[in-house]
Amino acid sequence: MNPARDNQTAPGSAGRLRAYLMFTVLLIAAWVLWSGMFKPLLLALGAVSCALVVYIAVRMGYFDSRVFALRFNLRLLGFWAWLLKEIVKSSLEVARIVLARKLELSTRVVEIDVSQLSPVDQVILGNSITLTPGTLTLDADDGKLLVHALTAEGAAALEEGEMLRRVAAIHKD
Amino acid sequence: MMGTVFDIASWVLLTFGGLSVLIGGIGALRMPDLFTRMHAASVTDSLGAILVLTGVMLQAGLTLATIKLAAILLFLLLTSPTASNALATAAMLAGNKPGIDTTSNRSDAQ
Amino acid sequence: MYYAVTLATLVTMGLALARAVIGPTVYDRVLAVNMFGTKTVLLVSVIAFLFGRPDFLDLALAYALINFIGVFAVLEFFRTRASRAELDNEAGQ
Repeated sequence: MNPARDNQTAPGSAGRLRAYLMFTVLLIAAWVLWSGMFKPLLLALGAVSCALVVYIAVRMGYFDSRVFALRFNLRLLGFWAWLLKEIVKSSLEVARIVLARKLELSTRVVEIDVSQLSPVDQVILGNSITLTPGTLTLDADDGKLLVHALTAEGAAALEEGEMLRRVAAIHKD
Repeated sequence: MMGTVFDIASWVLLTFGGLSVLIGGIGALRMPDLFTRMHAASVTDSLGAILVLTGVMLQAGLTLATIKLAAILLFLLLTSPTASNALATAAMLAGNKPGIDTTSNRSDAQ
Repeated sequence: MYYAVTLATLVTMGLALARAVIGPTVYDRVLAVNMFGTKTVLLVSVIAFLFGRPDFLDLALAYALINFIGVFAVLEFFRTRASRAELDNEAGQ
């Protein structure tokens, strides 16, 4: 069926090992960063808690799906910069509505077809929509996002689909 | 010299951060129904958090505190849409339908 | 400057509390409490610098984690309660 989806759920044994290693390194880095002390007792406690967390994560079946599905690249940073600009813009719009003497709302509910995106990209898009004030992802189901918009202009901008194109461009190889 | 520039920049960020936090709070109180309130809350959750934490980060300079602040900011930005989405889905399941043509739509009703 | 941000955050927390008291639905209250929680994280981060206590940042992160998990726990609780009430209703008819 969908190759992107199959790829998502079935990591090979090499990929699984790499996920274990990366997860452990992340935990150790977090411990060292947050404790900032290098006494033997504290380091030993850190090692025990990291081992415990990895054990619990394995028992939970955490590594059965791809853990590090989100891949960082430069284009993701570019997308974040664009998203920041959008957040500022729509925040000003919402602030104007909130501070107006009379609330001028024209709420809309629109449905966006995102079936051409991979599951990870669908999550990125849904979260980006929620993160921008004025638009809110209500439900994500079966390749469709249900979005609630505070103003008709916001809904129109979403249906025009610039954000969708930008999300699709992040992981295009 | 560089210190003053950073100081001014962080003051500006903190001021606007405080303002957007306040606007979100006012909006959450003024808006007519749950979903519109969530829009107002998202102003404080995304822009307010970004501005305030970046402003504090500029004050901290290149220290461990900045890394921690960046971690807090990243965590907030990743989790708040997830929480909003869970809230919206739960409210919809409980029969709290977002109105397209409710009383909140005065400008459209004319 | 920190005082202004602290004050703005405190006022917003008060507004969120007011929304939590008014309601009217349980989801409004959850939204208000979630907002209160994120504002607490911001407040603690600012206070860490206001009082020159950088170790407060650890508390801020811990609070962010607890707030996130807490919202999900409350929503899950009300969802199971709602579905159980629905089952009871169906059984009663």
